[in-house]
Amino acid sequence: MFVSPLREPLIQGHKTYKQISDDICAPVEAAPSKAWMIAVTLSGLLALTGFTMIGITITYGIGMWGLNKTVGWAWDITNFVWWIGIGHAGTLISAILLLFRQKWRTGVNRSAEAMTIFAVICAGLFPIIHMGRVWLAFFIFPYPNTRGPVWVNFNSPLLWDVFAISTYFTVSLVFWYTGLIPDLALVRDRTTSAFKKRMYNIFSFGWKGTAKNWQRFESISLVLAGLSTPLVLSVHTIVSFDFATSVIPGWHTTIFPPYFVAGAIFSGFAMVLTLMLVVRKVFNLQEYITLAHIESMNKVIILTGSIVGVAYITELFTAWYSGNQYEQYAFLNRSTGPYWWSYWGMMTCNVVSPQLFWIKKLRRSIIFTFFMSIFINVGMWFERFVIIVTSTHRDFIPSSWTMYYPTIVEIFIYLGTIGFFMTLFLIFAKVAPVIAVAEVKSILKTSGDQYTGPDAIHTQDEHHKH
Amino acid sequence: MANKKIIYGLYDDEVVLIDAVKKVRAEGLKIHDCYTPFPVHGLDDAMGLRMTRLHSAGFIFGATGTTTALSFILWITTSNYPINYGGKPYLSLPAWIPITFELTVLFASVGMFLTYLYLNRLAPGVKPEIVDERTTSHLFAMTFEIDDHTSSEKKDEIRKVLTASGAVEVHEKEL
Repeated sequence: MFVSPLREPLIQGHKTYKQISDDICAPVEAAPSKAWMIAVTLSGLLALTGFTMIGITITYGIGMWGLNKTVGWAWDITNFVWWIGIGHAGTLISAILLLFRQKWRTGVNRSAEAMTIFAVICAGLFPIIHMGRVWLAFFIFPYPNTRGPVWVNFNSPLLWDVFAISTYFTVSLVFWYTGLIPDLALVRDRTTSAFKKRMYNIFSFGWKGTAKNWQRFESISLVLAGLSTPLVLSVHTIVSFDFATSVIPGWHTTIFPPYFVAGAIFSGFAMVLTLMLVVRKVFNLQEYITLAHIESMNKVIILTGSIVGVAYITELFTAWYSGNQYEQYAFLNRSTGPYWWSYWGMMTCNVVSPQLFWIKKLRRSIIFTFFMSIFINVGMWFERFVIIVTSTHRDFIPSSWTMYYPTIVEIFIYLGTIGFFMTLFLIFAKVAPVIAVAEVKSILKTSGDQYTGPDAIHTQDEHHKH
Repeated sequence: MANKKIIYGLYDDEVVLIDAVKKVRAEGLKIHDCYTPFPVHGLDDAMGLRMTRLHSAGFIFGATGTTTALSFILWITTSNYPINYGGKPYLSLPAWIPITFELTVLFASVGMFLTYLYLNRLAPGVKPEIVDERTTSHLFAMTFEIDDHTSSEKKDEIRKVLTASGAVEVHEKEL
């Protein structure tokens, strides 16, 4: 077993396997705390408000929103793209970092994957309610029908999106659950309550952990990671096609796919940080989600944030260089038109702020990272708003130029999805281990602080003896 | 059904376990199985297990997805109900790539997951034969199958080998 003397330890406190099980299962086994009850009630109420507003939208129609003839897509699609983007970090951590053999992923992958699934659920709500007549939502699938049969349009990016999002959700769920099975079995074997034992027995599918089980586990994890890696890139690429294949100035740009993918990972990591900084504190898991983990994630944020920044500037340059006055006006209008505040909000949050992470002190500061993570998510929401609303509100005919303002219904649907997301995450954190226990144990011998770093008590030679 | 009986040794370190597996096999004893709390690299080699062919199943499912998507879209757009979209060709392969890719991934993942569950005999509500409840947490078990006809000398031999190879506990159990 090779232990790098340079790498920072990822598990602190000289943990044994037993202690790892105890520490990570503790929040699941303890009775719900008062803080958890309050948090889940508040987010549940917010979710309920959101669903009421969705109910109002379905009852009275899309007229309840601030959309008009000129601006046909606004908060709904902004929120859709925002949520989908957030989901991408989970897959990046669990799949791409697995292929790159990044050991720090084991501390955060479980929660990040859960976050992906919940974010995709929230995202999926928006296109569906935007259809207006949601009871006809099944029209988006190709099924034999009595209307010809007229099938869906296989050349349309909107249909590609249907396939991309539903595949993404299914594959993320499968990947997440594969990893969850052994950890649920751990909770099953530890619990003393008969009811809990029965429940965890159902959900752990009767896992035993034999050598053959684990061999197959490793095989499926690797293949799913290999499949999810191009999948996650394809999903946001296809989302960007919704815009890029249109003929709207500001939308039909070939830079969109890489720009969207980088932005998605950027915002996703911000959301992972927001959640993990709270989780590690509340559940007392600082020894498993260490400053080394936080710093690694902040480095990904510098990289993806810089790609996003370069994309924004490239877009501006190309608009000017194209010589096309409509394209030029679209960008002039973004930065100096009536929605200038959203453009500059986006620029500040996404381009300027991640550069501060070049300073080592800041990227290792928990308070600073927390505020930055919120900042970035606000910025990424603005980005989608800028792309969607400012590109459409002044269209080809000046007589139809108009403004878009959200209604209270739209605002609460958005806030409601945040509440729904938080509710799902809080429930998950209470019933399943928030850290992949088995995977953390598998890196103990290489990344535990008794084996590597300044506090190591085992030497390299000891390892080679075995 | 006749009850299965086992003798098992518990180890507290995976490195000791791998060495023990090699030692026990060298003694000519047949290991029934090993139970570990996490994937132990090199254990399958030490036990002489064959490499799993699960990934081949994944490939077959993926290829099925590709074929399904391509043939289905081809049939619809060129034969069942061709629609003229702005004079573009009915057979417009580049536009079908996204859906073909997604279905390939979908079929491969879901198919492989179901195969994984089937091979490991995993399903909601399955009651596993648990050797020792600590093997999902921090102990590593090596088990030997025995029955009523197993002589006590044989049992003693297994016990002795287990203890000698570093087992912290040795037990006999009926599953």
